[in-house]
Amino acid sequence: MSLHPDYRGEYKYKWLNLPFMRLSGLEPLVVTPELNFINVGERTNVTGSRKFLRLIKEELFDEALSIARNQVENGAQVIDINMDEGMIDGVSAMTKFLNLIAAEPDIARVPIMIDSSKWEIIEAGLKCIQGKSIVNSISLKGGEVEFIEQARKIKRYGAATIIMAFDEVGQADTYDRRIEIVKRSYSILTGPKVNFPPQDIIFDLNVFPVATGIEEHRKNALDFIQATRWVRENLPGAHVSGGVSNVSFSFRGNNPVREAMHSAFLYHAIKEGMDMGIVNPSMLEVYDDIPKDLLEKVEDVLLNRKEDATERLLEFAETVVETAKEKKTDNKWREESVAKRLEHSLVKGITDFIDEDVEEARKAHEKPLHVIEGPLMDGMNVVGDLFGSGKMFLPQVVKSARVMKKAVAYLLPFLEDEKEEGSSAGKILLATVKGDVHDIGKNIVGVVLGCNGYEIIDIGVMVPPDKIIAAAKEHNVDIIGLSGLITPSLDEMITVAKEMEKNGMKIPLLIGGATTSKIHTAVKIEEHYKGGQTVYVLDASRSVTVATKLLSEEKKEYVREIQNEYSRMREHHKNRRASKEKISWSKAKANRQQTIWSQDMVKKPNFIGVQLFDDIPLTEIRNYIDWTPFFQTWDLHGRYPAILEDKIVGKEAKTLLADAHTMLDKIIAEKWLVNKAAVGIWPANAVGEDIEVYTDESRNKVSEKFFTIRQQQKKKEGLPNHSLVDFIAPKESGVKDYIGGFVVTAGIGIEEHIERFDADHDDYNSIMLKALADRFAEAFTELMHEKVRKEIWGYATEENFKNEELIKESYKGIRPAPGYPACPDHLEKPTLFKLLDAEKLTGVSLTESMAMYPTASVSGWYFAHPESKYFGIGKIEKDQIEDYAKRKGESVEFIEKWLGPILNY
Amino acid sequence: MNKPGVKNSLKNRILVLDGAMGSLIQTYKLEEDDFRGERFKNHSHPLKGNNDLLALVRPDILKEIHAKYLDAGADIIQTNTFSGTTIAQADYALENAVYDINFHSAKVAKEITDEYTLKTPDKPRYVAGSIGPTNRTLSISPDVNDPGFRAITWDEMVIAYKEQTNALIDGGVDIILVETIFDTLNAKACLYAIDEIFEEKNIKLPIMVSGTITDASGRTLSGQTAEAFLTSVSHLDLLSIGFNCALGSKMMKPYLEVLSKNTEYGVSSYPNAGLPNEFGEYDESPDEMAKQIKEFLEDNLINIIGGCCGTTPEHIKAIVHLAAKYEPRKLKNNEFTS
Repeated sequence: MSLHPDYRGEYKYKWLNLPFMRLSGLEPLVVTPELNFINVGERTNVTGSRKFLRLIKEELFDEALSIARNQVENGAQVIDINMDEGMIDGVSAMTKFLNLIAAEPDIARVPIMIDSSKWEIIEAGLKCIQGKSIVNSISLKGGEVEFIEQARKIKRYGAATIIMAFDEVGQADTYDRRIEIVKRSYSILTGPKVNFPPQDIIFDLNVFPVATGIEEHRKNALDFIQATRWVRENLPGAHVSGGVSNVSFSFRGNNPVREAMHSAFLYHAIKEGMDMGIVNPSMLEVYDDIPKDLLEKVEDVLLNRKEDATERLLEFAETVVETAKEKKTDNKWREESVAKRLEHSLVKGITDFIDEDVEEARKAHEKPLHVIEGPLMDGMNVVGDLFGSGKMFLPQVVKSARVMKKAVAYLLPFLEDEKEEGSSAGKILLATVKGDVHDIGKNIVGVVLGCNGYEIIDIGVMVPPDKIIAAAKEHNVDIIGLSGLITPSLDEMITVAKEMEKNGMKIPLLIGGATTSKIHTAVKIEEHYKGGQTVYVLDASRSVTVATKLLSEEKKEYVREIQNEYSRMREHHKNRRASKEKISWSKAKANRQQTIWSQDMVKKPNFIGVQLFDDIPLTEIRNYIDWTPFFQTWDLHGRYPAILEDKIVGKEAKTLLADAHTMLDKIIAEKWLVNKAAVGIWPANAVGEDIEVYTDESRNKVSEKFFTIRQQQKKKEGLPNHSLVDFIAPKESGVKDYIGGFVVTAGIGIEEHIERFDADHDDYNSIMLKALADRFAEAFTELMHEKVRKEIWGYATEENFKNEELIKESYKGIRPAPGYPACPDHLEKPTLFKLLDAEKLTGVSLTESMAMYPTASVSGWYFAHPESKYFGIGKIEKDQIEDYAKRKGESVEFIEKWLGPILNY
Repeated sequence: MNKPGVKNSLKNRILVLDGAMGSLIQTYKLEEDDFRGERFKNHSHPLKGNNDLLALVRPDILKEIHAKYLDAGADIIQTNTFSGTTIAQADYALENAVYDINFHSAKVAKEITDEYTLKTPDKPRYVAGSIGPTNRTLSISPDVNDPGFRAITWDEMVIAYKEQTNALIDGGVDIILVETIFDTLNAKACLYAIDEIFEEKNIKLPIMVSGTITDASGRTLSGQTAEAFLTSVSHLDLLSIGFNCALGSKMMKPYLEVLSKNTEYGVSSYPNAGLPNEFGEYDESPDEMAKQIKEFLEDNLINIIGGCCGTTPEHIKAIVHLAAKYEPRKLKNNEFTS
């Protein structure tokens, strides 16, 4: 039955004599009737997403891109991009963002919808997109002349377009007005003045809210739906679209009702021929899952079926909200069945009742193992599903795991009596590679996989390849996962891959950790291990899908997809390298940052030599904490403090921060952590590309030398090729300059507490403590840097910054770290440690890969040059490497091994 | 001169495009002075290797080469204007010569084709004004550390393409050929420029569009699949769409199949003579190449066929011989709509 009185049954596409609408990104999208409905991602819209708006305003384009990427990964077939905001330069923001998208194949593969009410922004967008996109939108609002001119241009640019049902008089708000405007628009567009292909015309028929209490709005949804049918029956080839969330505007704040309204609206509109829509997939309830009583009342409103439909829905909506609120506070769940109670405890992360509930379950089951395989695993599956669908977040999942582990621990003594092997989804071996001691990320991955039924064999940190392989064989694992944080670990992973190949292994190899990347995995690791598939895993949540696919029947197809993707990336990488402009080592050196040096530029330090600070209270350091990375550790993305108000993760972020502060109070009160800093300042001058550090002010004797690396890509006119050495006065200038150095730690004493948590199966607090120790180390570094600027060196005595300003690096001078972007050679660390006598003073030691232990440690140099700033070296060429090796007195091969990630050849 | 339009000829047979220009120019062993001639005697920049200049300094050479391809049986010859934009000529500081380069290249080609058409009116010959991709990319950053950066803007690109198209039309070309497209956005700017010039001059010429699939990934350099590329440039009424250069004929076939299946325009192909060997030379013989191309023709994929890098009049001769034996690819309504 059609909702339009003139037609019968569901709409069936009737213009098969016309070509289909064809759109493209890097890949084509042919809009055939079989596709039924094209969903357009709406999150990259500054008018609709506060988060996206903030990211664009703050120019955090990487994060903004990840919103776009997320939409594509979650199934958006087209992404809508809108930069219409008073504070933003729309033309330049649109251009910049589209240019960046062009460099991201996993986003650029879908067509783009350029969304703006300003023609100049639309045109700017059209000039950036190689594929066939959709303009959103133009209309007769400004008269026929303008309409024709814009439509002709769109055709010339090669795009499809949305036409708003809007004309000189105003926006169409009745059935008749909609028909009047679309008829006229269509006939102008397909007429001789424009000759627009009819299949590339999409009408936006204006979705307006219902249940507003205003009499005229009662028919808003029904008029839209009926007009949709009319367009599809009468205008050959034309499509119908709309912004769905508008319909439920009256129910802001009541998501269950809104979601039901969206689904019901789409359900009916699609049946009448609506074939495209801007939707937020997380704001859609499955039509069949809408509770029947709610659905009936929603449909009464949408379809204007009852005189008092609005009142009834409003009344009902209040109960929907209330039940949601009640659930939070009451303890009713304790009255449910034991299985339900266990599930509740797992989902909510409650440990209070776990022993008694497990005991009850044990008595009710024939064997203790059945408790694990039955109610506990069922509960964890619910957790896994909620996490997978974005309804739970990482910190919650880690808490769930803690409950699970406690439950299993309770059952363990009973289990051992029986000696039975449990069944699991698969065995996964996890290790942090040789030379690397970082394990927060690895532990999180272990927890998340564990929650999803995998048996985890975690063999710890600093694990050499032979041990990894031996353990894999011994436990007969199905997958190996490698983790690492510092750059030398990248090389170590290649070694493991080679060893696996040598040993004839066939199981998949997963790669993860902060310095790893898809491109590195594709270009450097995958080819060394032909026996099995190597897969890069972006974060903990991704690890589950990857592992599941690799151990399922889908494996073959998935592996083929990965292989295709990686081989494309390799090709792309090759081409990019070829097209990139590089310059010779001598040219790079010549294009250095110039300083006209004079002695009065350099503040003579108030103190020269090395000093130990071991009495700075943690309470003071606490004020210097930068919380944003802390949330990142927990896979909660967003900037502090705004993240606390975030629509999606805000609630969880607040809980997490409260837990963090509780633990911080304990750490301080019970003195869990000891913190120390060694700080030195020495006479120094630049000699060529090296920094000579002198034993004393006479500058006669060189005690140590630091070796620097210089950017070597072609720069835009007027921009220098940076190197840290440019921030130190050259010897020949006669200017007496200085350099500082530091090693800071906040991780001493952490082990016993970690062990305590691990023994208690408490991953949540174990990870929390490590994350907080890291934050303390960074905060302590910030505090010491300030002390150096204001007192110890004393070149910025007047400085007075708030913590937010420090986080933004507003201060004068820099503190780059060896092994990181400004000087990517980890081998400078031993020199620094030697000058500071750091191991003895602070207790921090270096592993063979130059990772610091305890991990909650930071080292670096201090530069006071007023023009000094942070920069990244990027890729460098062989001529520089040869010179660098010669200066260091090492072989070229040795240097190449350590600087592998930055070689451009 | 009066001759049947190229669309008409395409209905009845497969048309053959000429082969490589550069390698034949090399056989003349030209030196700096040859490229300078009288006109550029005192030019500030070295000009050796700026082949597009020959129309102005050595038109006799172009005429000879065109004649060789016409003798071999080519139906369409390309003007020697691959780098005839202000963008590409900026490398030689010859932006000011762009109009003359295109106008005279078109004129030389037109004169010689007219001679041949007169001789054999039943085999009319055509000139395609060649527009290359320039050495800039609109959708790829030249700076890996700054992926949002662009070395050129759309508007600059459109201005440059308009100048070239305008001069080619003035010089008398029959067809506009947008070729060797590795970045679809460049091609879209070019099509935009062509459409504007057509409107300004109140004229319409057939347009051929030819992209380049760079490697076995099956994508253009800017990352599009063959079908996405087709979709992105089909908004103007085209005479043909196809691929040239990069891959040899052997590897090109699957992508021609995609085009043939999804377009109502003609399909063209002019591959290189195989893949370059370790010395960067193309060494597929005329017979070998013809054997590959035969597969295209047998599967009825082609309306226009020719050769790109490394091909010679001998290659074209072999192709002409072969093409005469096959029916052209059928279009849905057996008619070119433009």
